[in-house]
Order: sequence, then structure tokens, then C-alpha cells
Amino acid sequence: MQYEAPETTKAAVSLLAKAKGSAYVLAGGSDLLVRMRTGFIEPDLVVDIKRIKSMSEVKKTATGFSIGAAVPCAALGENKALVKAWPGLVEAANLIGSKQVQGRCTITGNMCNAGPAADSVPAMVAAGARAVIQGPKGKRVIPVEQVAIAPGKTSLKRGELVELILLPERKPKSGDAYLRFIPRSEMDIAVVSAGVNLTLDAKGVVTSARVALGAVAPTVLLVDAAAKAIIGSKLDDAALEKLGAAASAACRPIDDKRGTIEFRTKVAAVLAKRAAKIAYKRAGGK
Amino acid sequence: MAVLVSTTINGDAVEFACEPDETLLDVLRNRLGLTGSKEGCATGDCGACSVEVDGRLICSCLMLGVEAEDREIETVEGMADGATLHPLQTKFIEHAALQCGVCTPGFLVAAKALLAKNPDPSEEEIRFGLAGNLCRCTGYDKIVRAVQDAAKEMRGA
Ligand SMILES: Cc1cc2nc3c(=O)[nH]c(=O)nc-3n(C[C@H](O)[C@H](O)[C@H](O)COP(=O)(O)OP(=O)(O)OC[C@H]3O[C@@H](n4cnc5c(N)ncnc54)[C@H](O)[C@@H]3O)c2cc1C
Ligand code: FES
Ligand code: FES
Repeated sequence: MQYEAPETTKAAVSLLAKAKGSAYVLAGGSDLLVRMRTGFIEPDLVVDIKRIKSMSEVKKTATGFSIGAAVPCAALGENKALVKAWPGLVEAANLIGSKQVQGRCTITGNMCNAGPAADSVPAMVAAGARAVIQGPKGKRVIPVEQVAIAPGKTSLKRGELVELILLPERKPKSGDAYLRFIPRSEMDIAVVSAGVNLTLDAKGVVTSARVALGAVAPTVLLVDAAAKAIIGSKLDDAALEKLGAAASAACRPIDDKRGTIEFRTKVAAVLAKRAAKIAYKRAGGK
Repeated sequence: MAVLVSTTINGDAVEFACEPDETLLDVLRNRLGLTGSKEGCATGDCGACSVEVDGRLICSCLMLGVEAEDREIETVEGMADGATLHPLQTKFIEHAALQCGVCTPGFLVAAKALLAKNPDPSEEEIRFGLAGNLCRCTGYDKIVRAVQDAAKEMRGA
């Protein structure tokens, strides 16, 4: 195995594009090293992106936030402005693994690993986050929900890597929240999860919303019908019931040792409703 | 092909050669004789391999040795000041917070990182903060007490 730690995005792209054999980007390594150690993959080339300065910072931009692909989740929790604007997204990032894992893992790695239960992805999708992808043919920007296309598979082409995650401008009276169900209280993989992001008008009526579900389909789902169920409401019981029903209706889960289809479908509604209530409160709704 | 790496471990400049796919934990234990960090699982689940890199708590089994270039690494071996134990080490002994001791270095390093961020943690904060460290012997209670007591002493209370 060859290890490279380039200092520019350009150099990283060129290494990946020229690689013969199997090439992997290394961010926090909390998925990659486990897969190497357990013999699932044998990389010929590993490109460590942690020496690339532009990928190692969180920046407040004119239109929102930009989170470098190499920024560890622990650093997101230390960024007060980010926590204030996107508490749900930061919570999701800080649910990943343990303090040790959070010291290394990234939300970009979480997204590129393309696991259906990745914790930060529903929160990013609910936030309307976009991924900035750099490759041999230049740059393209796509919504986070278009990165994973199947379990363990992304839409990235050979030589491409994610440079940044962009979060949109935060309108006043907005809030987000992320909840997951696990049988323990920490260090476990989501059986079901839900991220909700919404904005209210002066009267507390939901004017826009995004609802995303994790671990109930091969990839994270953005559920438009669930968002429509609460837009125009003050999150009264009737709207919440419709939200829950839409969330359950969107589920296409599998039965496995961690949860049955029936359980996941039911709990998706419960979590979507609870997350919506938290987001509503955070947005200043009463 | 082995790669030459220059780094800082517990304040000392260190150079080593390692294979590109070797973990930092293997380098520490097998090449540098720093056997305080333990391998319980090699998959990030048990925390026995905990070290700090540039001030961040991590699992050394989930980091490559080659990634250590120019970083500052703190291991359990750096906790005591010569013959004087760190307050956490003293309190672990006083409270009998260990039996077989395999998990102890990881708990010490993780607890030190926790107290650096939060000098006065609640029991819940300690339990969450140390959730990445597994112990098969003590039942955790004595570990929590030892950390609380050490925190108190370190605050000078
Ligand atoms: C003990 C333990 C507990 C865990 N708990 C959780 C949990 O609770 N919830 C959860 O969601 N996950 C969990 N995980 C999985 C893992 O920590 C997360 O998926 C993490 O976010 C991965 O980020 P990373 O930076 O470590 O990724 P890496 O391992 O560095 O990379 C993951 C994958 O993405 C690719 N990649 C990384 N960065 C880029 C990039 N910029 N461009 C293109 N491809 C890229 C890599 O090549 C690799 O295939 C856990 C892992 C461990 C070891
Ligand atoms: S050996 Fe590293 S976490 Fe278990
Ligand atoms: S004392 Fe034996 S594992 Fe903790």
C-alpha cells in the first residue's frame, strides 16, 4: 500500500485519478481502517486529506457555512456559531461513535461511506446541505441526498473526492433536530433515525420544512410528503399525525437483527414527530 | 516499503520507520516499546488504545503510524511526572478502579482528556464521556468514583 498526504486538493485529485488499482480517500479513517483491518479492502493507494488546509476548516461564508471534508466531528461541536445555527446537525455528528471516534471521524466520511444508518446524513439532508466535489473534470456541487446511491456505493466518479459540505443561509426563526433509536444509550448504530429542519413565520406557522429518514431504506430518504404535512401548520396534533403517517409511508426498511420492518416503520413516525417538535421549539415556536 | 516518520511523543522528538498500513497502536507497541496502550479490539470499540493526537482523544488502532508525521502524541506513559503519578492514576489505585488492568491506560487517557474540557463533570457526563472505553471487570462504578475524586483534587477543591 502506498500512502500519500498531499497539501492541495489538486494534488489529491491527480493522485486519485492516476492511481492504478484501488484508491481510497482517508479522512478520519474510522470506517476505512476498520475495513482494512478486517480484510474487506486492500487499498493500493490511500490519500490522506488531513494536510489540505482548505479541507480542514469550518468557515462562515456570505451564504452559510462551509465545512471542510477533513474536519473531525469533535471540532463541529466546538464551533459556537455552527452549534447555534445548526444544533441538530451538530448533535447528529456528535452521536457518531465515542469521543475517541469523534476526534477523527468526519461528516463527509460518514456520507461517503454510504451506510443507510449514517447518523449525520439525515441531518445534512434535512438541512439542505450540498457537497462540493472536485475531480479531474473540475468542480461540481450536488445535494447530499445524491451522494449515496446504494449501501456502500456513491455517485462519485473515479478521481473525484468531496472537498466541502455547504450549509445554506440560516433564515431567522429556523431550527433543526436529529433523533435516532438505538437499544443502548450510546455507541450503537441507528435502527431508525429522523432529521427535521424548518423555518417559521412571525406567527409561528411553518413556512418551509425538510424531513429526512435514516436506516429505513437503502439510502437516506428525503420525504417531501412529510414536509408538506407540516408546512402551513403551527405543528398542531393533526399536522403531526399527518407527518408521522407520511414518514411511515415512505419507509422501505429491511428486517434484520436490530429491527423488524414493522418496528422501523412505526418508530420512523415517532421520531419524525419528536424531532419536528424539537426543531419547532428551537425555531422559537410555542 | 517502510516509511520514515518524525513525530513528537510525550514531548520527545521521535523518529521511526513503519509500513504504510501499520496502525499507530502497532508502532507504539511493537516499534517504540510503548506498551501502555493496549489492543482490545482493533476496531475502535473498546478504547484500550486511547491516545491524544494534537490535543484530540482518538483510538490509536484507527490511525496509521504514517499519519503521525509532525503531530504531537500523548500516551499513558506521559501521564506520570517521573515517579509522581497523575492524580487520576493515584485515584484509580485508591478506589480500586481496576482489576485486570487492560482497560486502565485507555480510561486514564480518556479521563484526562475529559477533565481538560470539563473539570467538573456530572456522573452522567463522565459515563457518556467514557462510553468509548469498555471494561469487562469493574462494572464501571469504581472508575466513575475515581474520576470524580481526581477531578475534585485537580480542581483544588
Ligand atoms: C467504534 C465506532 C463507532 C461508530 N459509530 C457510528 C455511529 O454511531 N454512527 C455512524 O453514523 N457511524 C458510526 N461509525 C462509523 C464511522 O465512524 C462514520 O461513518 C464516520 O463518520 C466516518 O468518517 P471518517 O472521516 O472516519 O471516514 P473514513 O473512514 O476516512 O472514510 C469513510 C469512507 O469514505 C471515503 N471518503 C472519506 N472522505 C472522503 C472524501 N472527502 N471524498 C470522497 N470519499 C471520501 C473513504 O474512502 C471511505 O471509503 C462508527 C465507527 C466506529 C469505528
Ligand atoms: S483497540 Fe482500539 S478501540 Fe479497541
Ligand atoms: S479492569 Fe479488566 S477490563 Fe477493566
